[in-house]
Amino acid sequence: MFKIVRKKVFNPTETLLEIEAPLIAKKAQPGQFIILRAYEDSERIPLTIGGYDREKGTVTIIFQIVGAGTFKLNQLEENDYIHDFVGPLGRPTEIEGENVCVIGGGLGVAIAYPIAKAFHDAGKHVVSIAGFRNKDLVILEDEFRAASDEFVICSDDGSVGTKGVVTGPLEEMLKSGKKFDKVISIGPVIMMKFVTKVCKEYGVKECVCSMNPIMIDGTGMCGCCRLTVGGKTKFACVDGPDFNAYEVDFDEAMQRGTMYKAFEKKAYEEAKCNLFKKEAK
Amino acid sequence: MYPEYKPNMAPFKNPMPSQDPKVRARNFKEVATGYTAEMAMDEAKRCLGCPTKPCVAHCPVNINIPDFIHEVALGNFEKAYEIISESSSLPAVCGRVCPQESQCEGKCTRGIGIDPVTKKPKEPVAIGRLERFVADWHNEHAKETKIDIVKNGHKVAIIGSGPSGLTCAGDLAKKGYDVTIFEALHLAGGVLVYGIPEFRLPKSIVQKEVDGLKALGVKVETNMVIGRVISIDELQKEYGFEAIFIGSGAGLPRFMGIPGENLKGVYSANEFLTRTNLMKAYLDNSDTPIEHAKHVAVVGGGNVAMDAARSALRLGAEKVYIVYRRSLEELPARKEEVEHAMEEGIEFKLLNNPVEIIEDPETHVVSKMKIEKMELGEPDASGRRKPVATGEYDNLDVDCVIIAIGTSPNPLIKDTTEGLETNSHGCIITKDESGLTTREHVYAGGDAVTGAATVILAMGAGKHAAKAIDEELMGK
Repeated sequence: MFKIVRKKVFNPTETLLEIEAPLIAKKAQPGQFIILRAYEDSERIPLTIGGYDREKGTVTIIFQIVGAGTFKLNQLEENDYIHDFVGPLGRPTEIEGENVCVIGGGLGVAIAYPIAKAFHDAGKHVVSIAGFRNKDLVILEDEFRAASDEFVICSDDGSVGTKGVVTGPLEEMLKSGKKFDKVISIGPVIMMKFVTKVCKEYGVKECVCSMNPIMIDGTGMCGCCRLTVGGKTKFACVDGPDFNAYEVDFDEAMQRGTMYKAFEKKAYEEAKCNLFKKEAK
Repeated sequence: MYPEYKPNMAPFKNPMPSQDPKVRARNFKEVATGYTAEMAMDEAKRCLGCPTKPCVAHCPVNINIPDFIHEVALGNFEKAYEIISESSSLPAVCGRVCPQESQCEGKCTRGIGIDPVTKKPKEPVAIGRLERFVADWHNEHAKETKIDIVKNGHKVAIIGSGPSGLTCAGDLAKKGYDVTIFEALHLAGGVLVYGIPEFRLPKSIVQKEVDGLKALGVKVETNMVIGRVISIDELQKEYGFEAIFIGSGAGLPRFMGIPGENLKGVYSANEFLTRTNLMKAYLDNSDTPIEHAKHVAVVGGGNVAMDAARSALRLGAEKVYIVYRRSLEELPARKEEVEHAMEEGIEFKLLNNPVEIIEDPETHVVSKMKIEKMELGEPDASGRRKPVATGEYDNLDVDCVIIAIGTSPNPLIKDTTEGLETNSHGCIITKDESGLTTREHVYAGGDAVTGAATVILAMGAGKHAAKAIDEELMGK
């Protein structure tokens, strides 16, 4: 059992949990993930590590309420316990390159931020782009800004920062002659696909994406998280989650991500309905 | 021949009481319901106690089979259990999942020759069914006996809680060692809980084994991915474990590398079975989804393929195929599982090899699997006749494909442990039967060493390693 020491609700769909897990906190590195089960019979949910405090022995996760699993997870409050919490899983992000651009989209910002910070702490030049649907969904703006030498925020509806998606500012920078050794993007698969396309057009040397496919065990056992990278089948859990974005088959990854959409929608409705019934009692 | 009773000279085994195939194909309850005491005693009397004891020689852990069967014939079931326990730690499991036909029962004297009346080959003594009966009887009737263990203060870590790890832990705990098992998943049992389905091995049996170890003082730490959260070096230096046993299994699924393998609706058997067994996706209220496909093709011919096919059927499939590139004779699955699968209506597409998985262009879900007819050629390196392509193709209409062509050892521990050598297949190299690896005080056994094999071999490896660890630590 793993105690929730802090809960912060960013907005109705995004929540931060700081969890007591000293062994994981000791080993965690940016880019790695954990798998949790909120209750004894819950599904296993993979979530990227958003931060860690080695002294306090805590690990921070930020999640979006997208289905029954995350909805139920969000029912837990400070001082409640998470039934299972395992990690750190996956390979850490390689903190190499002098001049990098870190791009986060939506919840992806929760993962982009610690990566930007790791580069920044290592003395590298960091340009960050954070994209959100609207101003109500903005998370970690101050932290992300502080970990960046340059910081651009944008939103789909223009309610905060520049209007448009993250590829806008990226393309502008590259067009104006800005050079990056590496561009790292974390967010929806469709966003990473188009970031990669822009990078390719402008001949960015290295383009990395952090994949978050459906997973069960997270240790290489089930093969559910497989994707095609450079024509070969790779497992995001043990070979990734970071991959050379130029080689990733994003279209396939998008399709695989929708495998249980109908089930998830139904389960989510049921979970909401059950809570409503419970509260009505 | 035993003086106490007349032998039962029936040419065939007492049939195993089982759920009706039509009924069981739609539920996850155990298929075989087990012998009654009368049946067990009657079957036991088929053993003639022959002096050559080929059964013992062909048991990977050399259980004293004639002696335990003799006790069953006399109705001394607890005594029979004690005899099995001398050599085996998991009789309730092995009685259910061992491939007896190629081990103990394969050379049984009673199975030699043809029955003159029916013209059918005679059957060996049902050793596996008797083992299961004895273990189940013990679990149901035996009183909890507190074993007095004198702790010796030596710490041993076991990585993985599958058959080899559980066995190694049990043997060492009984000798007084301070044993901790580290399991990566949230539940202990390894392949016994994530792989083998409920209808073949009820999970309550596995839980009983794990609880038994806990009662012996073994600590079970779940959610611990060794190599990531704690390294082997740290277990030795920081945590003070004097010896380590690696029983991390062969969990990495292999794929065929044919087009369409990453389509929606294509599973590795590991994923399909893990969702069903470990995550209980077959229950209506499970949080973990699984596809309830209508037409399923399972690729492969081993026990895992049978388990996946029969699980798919129980999840509501109308049609399930086993697609295997060799013939029935080469099919590696346990005979009983193949028979059960056939009884339940699974169609065997033998001498067929998948070449492509085709999608529905609108939904991007599997809609067909293209298969090629094969012929048997000369024997290959495995001694089995090699399948040769014929150039004749066929299409199977399916909305789900499950790949069950084998697994490889998980590389996580190898990748994070300096000096731990593996062979070209990723199997951990061991010095000899002791299981000692290329790292001092580090032992390994089970599928992590042999590649995917059987529960009983893994159990045997756990036993040997426990003995070697004891000798090493006591020799200090």
